[in-house]
Amino acid sequence: MKLNLTALPAKLEINPFGDRAIVLSYSGETGPGSWHAMAMAASGIRRAKKDWIVDIVPAYETVTIVYNPVRVLRAWQEDHRAGGDFHNRAAGRGSDVYKPRMPFEAAVSLVEAILKSALQGDPDNGQNTIEVPVYYGDEFGPDLEACAARSGMNAADFSAMHASGEYTVALIGFMPGFPYMAGLKGELAQPRREDPRARVPAGSVGIAGLQTGIYPLDSPGGWQIIGRTPLRLFQPDRPKPALFRAGDRVRFIAVNEAEFRKRQEEEGRECR
Amino acid sequence: MSLTVISSGLFTTVQDLGRSGWRDIGVAAGGAMDTFALRTANLLVGNPEHAAGVELTLNGGELLAETDLLAAICGAYMAPQAAGAELPMWRPVWLARGTRLSLGHAAIGCAPVLGSRSTDVRAAIGGLAGRPLAAGDTLPCGAAGGAAAPSAWAAAWAAALAARARAEGRLPWAAASWFAPPFAYGGANSGGIVLRAMPGPGFGQLTAAAREMLFREPFRAAPASDRMGCRLSGPMLEMTARAELLSHGVTPGAVQLPPAGQPIVLAADCQTTGGYPVIAHVAAVDLPLLAQVKPGDYIRFQQVSLAEAQRLDLERESALRLLAAAIRIRNP
Repeated sequence: MKLNLTALPAKLEINPFGDRAIVLSYSGETGPGSWHAMAMAASGIRRAKKDWIVDIVPAYETVTIVYNPVRVLRAWQEDHRAGGDFHNRAAGRGSDVYKPRMPFEAAVSLVEAILKSALQGDPDNGQNTIEVPVYYGDEFGPDLEACAARSGMNAADFSAMHASGEYTVALIGFMPGFPYMAGLKGELAQPRREDPRARVPAGSVGIAGLQTGIYPLDSPGGWQIIGRTPLRLFQPDRPKPALFRAGDRVRFIAVNEAEFRKRQEEEGRECR
Repeated sequence: MSLTVISSGLFTTVQDLGRSGWRDIGVAAGGAMDTFALRTANLLVGNPEHAAGVELTLNGGELLAETDLLAAICGAYMAPQAAGAELPMWRPVWLARGTRLSLGHAAIGCAPVLGSRSTDVRAAIGGLAGRPLAAGDTLPCGAAGGAAAPSAWAAAWAAALAARARAEGRLPWAAASWFAPPFAYGGANSGGIVLRAMPGPGFGQLTAAAREMLFREPFRAAPASDRMGCRLSGPMLEMTARAELLSHGVTPGAVQLPPAGQPIVLAADCQTTGGYPVIAHVAAVDLPLLAQVKPGDYIRFQQVSLAEAQRLDLERESALRLLAAAIRIRNP
């Protein structure tokens, strides 16, 4: 389901989140299509590179924008001083009628303006597809057999079905670089483990509910672990520290042990 | 210039103003819990406001000045001591090499990660190897550690105070006679620490009784409170309907309500996203107050409007600008 991004602003609500953030929420029917569109909206806002924006966090059908209250007022004033009474004219208001007295109002006004220009053009512009090699099962996927049994199939079919899916990263959260992916086929859905593990190794591919995800770092965790990827998801000293971003499309590719080790060496990590 | 940790105290980490800009890849913004204290301390020693300092929790342990240092201690009162005498807070203090002190702030140098020296112990990045400080750690300060070298203003004050210490000949340290206005942390009175807060997106789903209790009843900070959040115990708050929420971005100050009905106030190291309803949000201006809440303290939420909260936030920024100017023009 492809969403027309230029139509997006019409279905967005903007509300305050505390006194230093606003949240955009999609008020239409939500699902992987709208989540991808919201992630693209977030990318568009990020590309505008405004000094008053502190953070932009896309997550499912919301985008939270953390702003600097002093800078946002200054930016709004500069916009208007430059003769750009665009906001009021565009809204059909007289020039002196609407003057934001508070940072929140300035932020809403400026974000609306950015969205309008950021969402012109090809909605798939800037979209990324990432292929993730996965070794399914054995010691890398200790929960694969149990998950397959729960879904009434054998382990080989379960992993083949998981790998055949088309996924979208709905958000990065919980820990640095952790992708929550939508698009898991209903038959593969799993409950979280009743007994979370004290340590899930980095690279573990898991399922919780209808989400699939990958642990970027060793961590305690309650997801069902079905395989492991040799890819490194979070490296703070790289120019692009995280492999995934909200909005990315993902495909899993089953690999054998030899390919896993080879890829692991390429990623520069020692074998565990 | 450097400091050595003699004993680390309860939980001591290097913190600056945090690493904003990476929440969309799940990296917490972090930074000092009490940004007012850090910024003021930096101004008092002539550092850039965002310079890294040492954040101490409850019991601050002991630090040793390996070289002469200009330092400032700001935050809740922690009875700082050096050479057997109480050190005044909220002002620049010159410390002779070899002085042991209970607390200290100097521009701490250590490799920045994602643009910040703040320690994130969950992600194990920043500060000193991404962990709390331990006895025996050495913190390079100033230019030695890649942080800002002391400014001309700081050098002038260090020299003047050093001269005073030598002239008096009593103690290996000397404090300026002027000081920055200390933050009024309050809390000792019966009402507890008052945190001004706005209703959050989930406020409307609280029962009428819960809405009233949230902004009237005292809540007690539970022992399991830390830099990620302050867990509160108090009256059970109920929601009229509890829908499964998809995770959404959250920020420090957000008051979450898990199913058990006991709120959590998120703090500097909180996760970037959360799935619990957010029933209120502490005003940014009161985050330094939140930073000083100890397990066992009582807190109360006082409802304010968004407009009022933002007015107070802007006023606080103006006050810091005036303070910076007043400090800059004060010469020995």
